[in-house]
Amino acid sequence: MAQETLSGWVRKLQAREISSRELTQLYLDRIERLDPQLNSFITVTAEQALAQADAADARLAKGEQSPLLGVPVAQKDIFCTEGVRTSCGSRMLDPFVSPYNATVVERMNAAGAVMLGKTNMDEFAMGSSNETSFYGPVRNPWDTERVPGGSSGGSAAAVGARLVPGATGTDTGGSIRQPAAFCGITGLKPTYGRVSRYGMIAFASSLDQGGPMAATAEDCGRMLNAMAGFDERDSTSVERPEEDFTAGLEQDLKGLRIGLPTEFFGEAGLDERVRGVIDAAIEVLKGRGAEVREVGLPNSHLSVPAYYVVAPAECSSNLARFDGVRYGYRCENPEDLMDLYTRSRGEGFGDEVKRRIMVGTYVLSAGYYDAYYLKAQKVRRIIADDFRRAFEDVDVLLAPTTPELPFALGAKADPVSMYLSDIYTIAANLAGLPAMSLPAGEIDGLPVGLQLIGNYFDEARLLGVAHQYQQETDWHARVPAAFA
Amino acid sequence: MEWETVIGLEIHAQLNTVSKIFSGAPTAYGAEPNRQACPVDLGMPGVLPVLNQGAVERAVMLGLAINAEITPRSVFARKNYFYPDLPKGYQISQFELPIVGLGHLDIELEDGTIKRVGVTRAHLEEDAGKSLHEGFEAMTGIDLNRAGTPLIEIVSEPELRSAKEAVAYMKKLHSLVRYLDICDGNMQEGSFRCDANVSVRPKGQTEFGTRAELKNLNSFRFVERAINFEVERQIDLIEGGGSVVQETRLYDPDRDETRSMRSKEEANDYRYFPDPDLLPLVVDHAFIDSVRAKLPELPDAKRARFVEQYGLSDYDAGVLTATREMGDFYEAVAGGCDAPKLAANWVMGDFSAALNRSEVELKDAPVNADGLAGLLARIQDETISGKIAKEVFEAMWNGEGNADAVIEAKGLKQITDTSAIDAIIDDVMASNPQQLEQYRGGKDKLFGFFVGQVMKATQGKANPAQVNERLKAKLDG
Repeated sequence: MAQETLSGWVRKLQAREISSRELTQLYLDRIERLDPQLNSFITVTAEQALAQADAADARLAKGEQSPLLGVPVAQKDIFCTEGVRTSCGSRMLDPFVSPYNATVVERMNAAGAVMLGKTNMDEFAMGSSNETSFYGPVRNPWDTERVPGGSSGGSAAAVGARLVPGATGTDTGGSIRQPAAFCGITGLKPTYGRVSRYGMIAFASSLDQGGPMAATAEDCGRMLNAMAGFDERDSTSVERPEEDFTAGLEQDLKGLRIGLPTEFFGEAGLDERVRGVIDAAIEVLKGRGAEVREVGLPNSHLSVPAYYVVAPAECSSNLARFDGVRYGYRCENPEDLMDLYTRSRGEGFGDEVKRRIMVGTYVLSAGYYDAYYLKAQKVRRIIADDFRRAFEDVDVLLAPTTPELPFALGAKADPVSMYLSDIYTIAANLAGLPAMSLPAGEIDGLPVGLQLIGNYFDEARLLGVAHQYQQETDWHARVPAAFA
Repeated sequence: MEWETVIGLEIHAQLNTVSKIFSGAPTAYGAEPNRQACPVDLGMPGVLPVLNQGAVERAVMLGLAINAEITPRSVFARKNYFYPDLPKGYQISQFELPIVGLGHLDIELEDGTIKRVGVTRAHLEEDAGKSLHEGFEAMTGIDLNRAGTPLIEIVSEPELRSAKEAVAYMKKLHSLVRYLDICDGNMQEGSFRCDANVSVRPKGQTEFGTRAELKNLNSFRFVERAINFEVERQIDLIEGGGSVVQETRLYDPDRDETRSMRSKEEANDYRYFPDPDLLPLVVDHAFIDSVRAKLPELPDAKRARFVEQYGLSDYDAGVLTATREMGDFYEAVAGGCDAPKLAANWVMGDFSAALNRSEVELKDAPVNADGLAGLLARIQDETISGKIAKEVFEAMWNGEGNADAVIEAKGLKQITDTSAIDAIIDDVMASNPQQLEQYRGGKDKLFGFFVGQVMKATQGKANPAQVNERLKAKLDG
């Protein structure tokens, strides 16, 4: 039963082959039985989920057709959910119950989704392995000794193990795509501004973007239909006519121009076996009529350094509000104000978060601002220009999502080696472009992700290409044996 | 040695929008603590700012009124520092690209000359909350009602040369923001407050001396006293062989002195950077034109018009245009009685005196413009004399009705009937034969005595001009 996709469940619910309550119970049971192996949920909201399911069943009975009506989903614990703990994977927010819903949560609720709970994540979305969570690491369903990727590792593992048909993620430097690749699922980071950031706890405001994670491109399109849209509460959200992201799924690939960025296939630590998987995927797409050519993104080697200036700078400011004064963690018996600040923050934040706050504080300091922050912003523009030129010649860019396979827990103790895990994903965030990862193969029983990067607001085309690929292949349908 | 004082002012004016600059919470003053703070004002996780267009409109209005450049694309920046009443750990302000660029304001000096003072810039920002140090037993209470209230910070060039000039500049700006109706100007509630950068240098020297920044100047009087204290302190310090250090000093009105708050070394590094949650603020020509169309007549223009249109002295016109309300009130009175000079005298004289005495605001005065005009009309048509009018005015102020009602009730109508006046004169002459004889014997000074007797007999109601004329005729007859 759990093999069914989110889109499949929507059809079955609409056909009244199953009730939302039955479906919700089915997944709640799976979470209860299987999640102890994964630790993919921080909070399970069973009671609330069943109430939502009953409400959905009542709407279904009236013949309503909201896009996610009655379908169980999970929210990354970075999205504020009214009346439910919203921890962001941090001790700092462990006691925090949000008084309001994020726009994404509000929209998905309105579309009829049933929230099963909140998924585990790297603390404040800072990490690529889900090991920085206050709630302990999440494990990869394909090999529980390995990491699921991060920061949306809980969502990726939960979907990969089919504990939920779809979940939300956020992507600041690859946090949807890299865990999607590691867990063998499909995940999309939309164009910056497509999905409202209101109520999505900020890590790096100019890079953060929420998006769907599910088994298939069709599922992602369906979820994005509910998630995306202009929000007057987010000044960076983009006002555009409403779009159906599933409308282009059946578009064939004849004449589609696919660009392979040379720099993403270079020497930079790309596992040869991963490269082999990508090459095979390219052949599949060619077989369906796509034309493939090489393109250059000559400044892409600057992505990681620029990112690790901009993102920490913004995070150092965004996380200043966690001061122990109004909500969240507060140290015991503070002696004075400075003690309250230093101990609440010292005890409430983990090492990686502190590391980035310190880096960010440094690069914004008087005397260093121009050399770091301003320079990094210039690099961003140069990188965006590279993409702009590339998209003059091609429709979609194709690359590996990550240079290597899911690694073992604890394998990357050195922060910089961890940062390099996002070497192929960061550029899309710096430029604000939509990008996705979809499963394209397996090596030693571990999934490999294929990345597609599109031009601004070209999500429908990306999803279409992915869907066409998924018509020809079954990697997206594979479920790790222990969770089948 | 002769010293020159150099002062630049930073004035924070609270913009009178209904809601906050980045949230929909109300800005009204005086609510229960933390009842006017929504999740955005509280700095809840995940919330985002959305700019209030009304604040932008008011900033542009100020910019136009001081002939400043309006920045076509200004940028909001984060000013980062930790303080319990600063919920986000940063204040959203404008740093490198403020909405209002270089402008100027003309002030009138004591000798009547006009001085043009440069305004460096004016930028939009949000206010912080308040820390309450009383009533929490060694703890501090935080009230975030004020957090997110829109402010415009107006920075002058260091072109003011005395405490009096600084006060004149501040008063002019205070009047201007109220004319524009962008700020209520209430200094007690902190809607209009000032920091002063003060330094001294030997007369003739072109470089500036080291400055101190004076904080907490929430009245015109404090500004003047704090600057004067600080100037003396700096001169004494230098003349005593010391030197001024760059620091922030707090003015203590109880002791009338300034005290060091923090030095430059202890100053925060605010780590300004553009706020990624807000897009650059684009103000186009159409918007500027729409704001320009809403601009009211400004104080200087109104003053010139009053001189021209009503024949007032420049001084009187200045007094009557000090606030928009006073100007409007004067025009209503002048129009209602068709006697502009009489109206000016009354508005500046008895009426203003009554306001002061009763400690009420113009808008709350018990006699409104129509009422005062009604009274002045009775002087104009000689129903009452100017002297009786004062009595009528007092009665009106005390709520005894309009001018006509008071005149009627108290029987104060002026006696203009010649035969009635003649009869009284006859009586007076008959009762004072001795004085009459002396007068007729050449003692002209006694004329005043007879006037006084007639007025006394009529309780002041006799028309003075008529009394003079008839008395002269009868005494000399």
